[in-house]
Amino acid sequence: MTETILEVRDLVKYYPVTRGIVFKKTIGHVQAVDGVSFDLHKGETLGVVGESGCGKSTLAKVLMHLEKPTSGGVNFNGQDIYKLGAGGLRRLRRNIQLVMQDPYTSLNPRMTVGDLVGEPYEIHPEVAPKSSRRQKVQELLEVVGLNPEHINRYPHQFSGGQRQRIGIARALALRPEIIVCDEPVSALDVSIQAQVMNLLEKLQDEFGLSYIFIAHDLSVVRHLADRVAVMYLGKIVELGTEDEIYERPTHPYTQALLSAVPVPDPNSRKNKAIIRLTGDVPSPTNPPSGCRFRTRCWKAQEICATEVPLLEARPGSDHPSACHFAEKREIVVSHEASELTELPTRTL
Amino acid sequence: MSDPTAAMVTAPQAAEPGVVTDTPPDAGRPGEGASKDKPRGLLGDAWYDLRRKPLFWISAAFILFFVIMAAFPWLFTQTDPNFAELSRSRQGPSADAWFGTDIQGRDIYARVIYGSRASILVAVAATIGTVLIGATVGVIAGFRGGWIDQLLSRIGDVFFGLPFVLGAIVILSQFNGPGTHRGEWAIMGLVIAVLIILAWPVSMRIMRSTVLATKNADYILAARALGASNTRIIFRHLIPNCLAPVLVYATILVGAFISTEAALSYLGVGLQTPVVSWGVMIASAQNLIRVSPYMLLFPAGALVLAVLSFVMLGEAVREALDPKMR
Amino acid sequence: MSNLYVADQPEAATAGHPTGRLLEVEDLRVEFRTRDGVAKVINGVTYHVEAGETLAVLGESGSGKSVTAQTIMGILDTPPGFVTGGAIRFHGKDMLKMSAEERRRIRGEGIAMVFQDALSALNPVFTVGFQIAEQFRVRRGMSRKDAKKRAAEMLDQVKIPNATQRVNEFPHQFSGGMRQRVMIAMSLALDPEVLIADEPTTALDVTVQAQIMDLLAELQRERHMGLILITHDLGVVADVADRIAVMYAGRIVEEANVHELYAKPAHPYTLGLLESIPRIDEKGQQLRTIRGLPPSLLKIPSGCPFHPRCPMAQPVCQEKVPPLLQLGPTRASACHFAEELVKRD
Repeated sequence: MTETILEVRDLVKYYPVTRGIVFKKTIGHVQAVDGVSFDLHKGETLGVVGESGCGKSTLAKVLMHLEKPTSGGVNFNGQDIYKLGAGGLRRLRRNIQLVMQDPYTSLNPRMTVGDLVGEPYEIHPEVAPKSSRRQKVQELLEVVGLNPEHINRYPHQFSGGQRQRIGIARALALRPEIIVCDEPVSALDVSIQAQVMNLLEKLQDEFGLSYIFIAHDLSVVRHLADRVAVMYLGKIVELGTEDEIYERPTHPYTQALLSAVPVPDPNSRKNKAIIRLTGDVPSPTNPPSGCRFRTRCWKAQEICATEVPLLEARPGSDHPSACHFAEKREIVVSHEASELTELPTRTL
Repeated sequence: MSDPTAAMVTAPQAAEPGVVTDTPPDAGRPGEGASKDKPRGLLGDAWYDLRRKPLFWISAAFILFFVIMAAFPWLFTQTDPNFAELSRSRQGPSADAWFGTDIQGRDIYARVIYGSRASILVAVAATIGTVLIGATVGVIAGFRGGWIDQLLSRIGDVFFGLPFVLGAIVILSQFNGPGTHRGEWAIMGLVIAVLIILAWPVSMRIMRSTVLATKNADYILAARALGASNTRIIFRHLIPNCLAPVLVYATILVGAFISTEAALSYLGVGLQTPVVSWGVMIASAQNLIRVSPYMLLFPAGALVLAVLSFVMLGEAVREALDPKMR
Repeated sequence: MSNLYVADQPEAATAGHPTGRLLEVEDLRVEFRTRDGVAKVINGVTYHVEAGETLAVLGESGSGKSVTAQTIMGILDTPPGFVTGGAIRFHGKDMLKMSAEERRRIRGEGIAMVFQDALSALNPVFTVGFQIAEQFRVRRGMSRKDAKKRAAEMLDQVKIPNATQRVNEFPHQFSGGMRQRVMIAMSLALDPEVLIADEPTTALDVTVQAQIMDLLAELQRERHMGLILITHDLGVVADVADRIAVMYAGRIVEEANVHELYAKPAHPYTLGLLESIPRIDEKGQQLRTIRGLPPSLLKIPSGCPFHPRCPMAQPVCQEKVPPLLQLGPTRASACHFAEELVKRD
């Protein structure tokens, strides 16, 4: 599990903001992803969490080479994926695949399930000879828990959870090494989410997959991830194992985020220590100088405005954290306030 | 592998939780209807709806009627539409000539029958041409975007800006004006060409806007992620999903072209004798409306009926394909 | 088989305040007539909310929770929706028997609603101030100036900073959380007694969600409103609800106060839900799932609608619809084996 299969280094993606219709002038940039670096090891699930606007969806697109980065590189098996030629890129696609969020729009409504799941084989004919394709598709449908006899049905004849399974089968067809899951269960009902999550886990074990699991639901991520990266406004603010992040978060944003997640336990009500963040998320076209979180952070000092805190090991933290004042805060997750020594008040 | 059915009473004692095979999709799906196991794409669903609309059947019946009339006119009449007997000039409807005769003594009924051929042929051919050219340009413009889109859209705008009838008159009067004598097919071809030239921007715009709306769809992104080439994306994913509005527009366009051809013929720049068309008939009847109204009434009636049926068909198709009603 | 039960007076969660049933839904039945058949969307739903309490209506898509709310508000799409039975009593008077005029009067002043997607619920071409002030102008006959001032006050009450300036802004100029506050301000403008919140925070980030839920709780306390919170999020429910009604296939399958529900669910569906959600304070063992799919409302299974998915199903479950049985002063469950379930460890 320690073999690194993906290396992401200083990935940056800016979108130009233009004005004018015929002659466009660039007046600024949306700094969607601003210097993201991490490794992915074989067989592990790396969770990427963050709220809306943090850049995680853009990150997914850039990692999948659906968008070209503004700068930075991603190494897969030693090769920079952005420097591949057309043939190399095609081969890369067999190894990194995507599961998308919305099961209602991610499947072409005019294609049958068999066509959808079989399309990877049509695009990459060297993976499976024509005669065996139908059988492979049926096997895939079984593996994801669908009835292979429904191979000629259309997506609108399936429920949301089943459509998501179709999407997963499609991603699995080429036996990739890495699957980027972009909010795969967010659009599903609660009771179906569990089914799909179990499926993803089972597939990981069975096929030795590595996942980059992007989500905003922290409970879901905790359940599946081995390591977690927390994103805010285009940067990773904290990176650690699941245990480190959820039990001993050191970045103020992570702490606030974790404390805000409601726990399905009415007894925790009385002991609530929710860290309230004031203000709105700043615009990604104009992020704050220095540490981007400083406008909402209760620990902010002058240095936070002048010096960008790097994601690195800190004295107060056993894992990389991008805060000048990173400090462990235990049991934030279970809201047990009585044991905390320092309570940020609501007025902050 | 057997399907656990929704009617199963004793659930297996689920000792272990975990991934289970799903109950068959139709257990949870409304709208399956009687055809449980027959797969139905969206077009299939549309057809299912279409079958139920009286509007569809009425208009389809009329269109079929006209098409047969156009293709096999001899089934409807034995009389030669160009056979002129001056002694029979301008006779009202009678047992001999059901619709009467025109000023040259030709049987109006026969001319209406044979006239359908030209009218419908011109309209259908022009529609096909318009849709093919317009849709192709629209797909290119919408998909490529950037300067290609700008260029093609501006070119389309230029043609769009030409006033339709005026432009048709100008062009046709150059090539087809009074005094020129061309063969039947040449005349029709010219009219078809002019119609296409002036009408393609509209279908281009429709296709382009549909493409623009669709090309960022998740499933297209998913196809890219699989490594699909642009060609594949265009033909396999984009076009099948962008056809609906163009299809609807096409059915209505046929109706519009029938009446446009009639207008052009009336103005003397469209089809002319020896071609028989409803427009030609209306043109020759214009001075005699008060004395021999039947000369105008019957071809005009046929015209209106044909146009109406195509428009009704277009309406029915649009309703059936409307995804909001899914 | 009806799901009616005679309810005892529930414990007064807010001692000292007047307890009264502001809103009562009684055996409501709604069906949707579609070209594919008749979908029985609501099949005998009974619940109530009192002043100062929060009732959470918990369910997934297809359970009928939103349709019930729309029916209460009188904004149900008719056709294809039709109310085929039951009563909705506001202060004891059946709204379904009222004239359209009377119902309209109750809307806004008696019962108000907050929707999930503020962006589509707010008119994009009018400023938020205009939209809020409209209520004062139309319903209270205030002048434009006064109404606008009140609108700014409402924005202030929902803790939007710079209220007097922001009152002139358009919905798209607000962030998601702020827009939701605007919608709350709009719904509270006429001081309703009951507020129905239909998935108010589902589309929001979790930090914003916490803010909004806090705001709702605070406003409810100040105004002593009854709050009906419609949601599928078990975490949010645990935080704010006093009582919970769990819906499945258009029926209420369990009612309990919040502590009882989480400690000892009395219906297999509730139990399944609780066991299947990933919890942030637990690291994953495999999640227990509820097998199968929610039923099509065109063909609801006979007997107990949950039986095809229920790990405890017996032949009786397919034959008889389980009535909503009282298990205690605040508990009820629509399961033939509810008592056993509760006794289980």
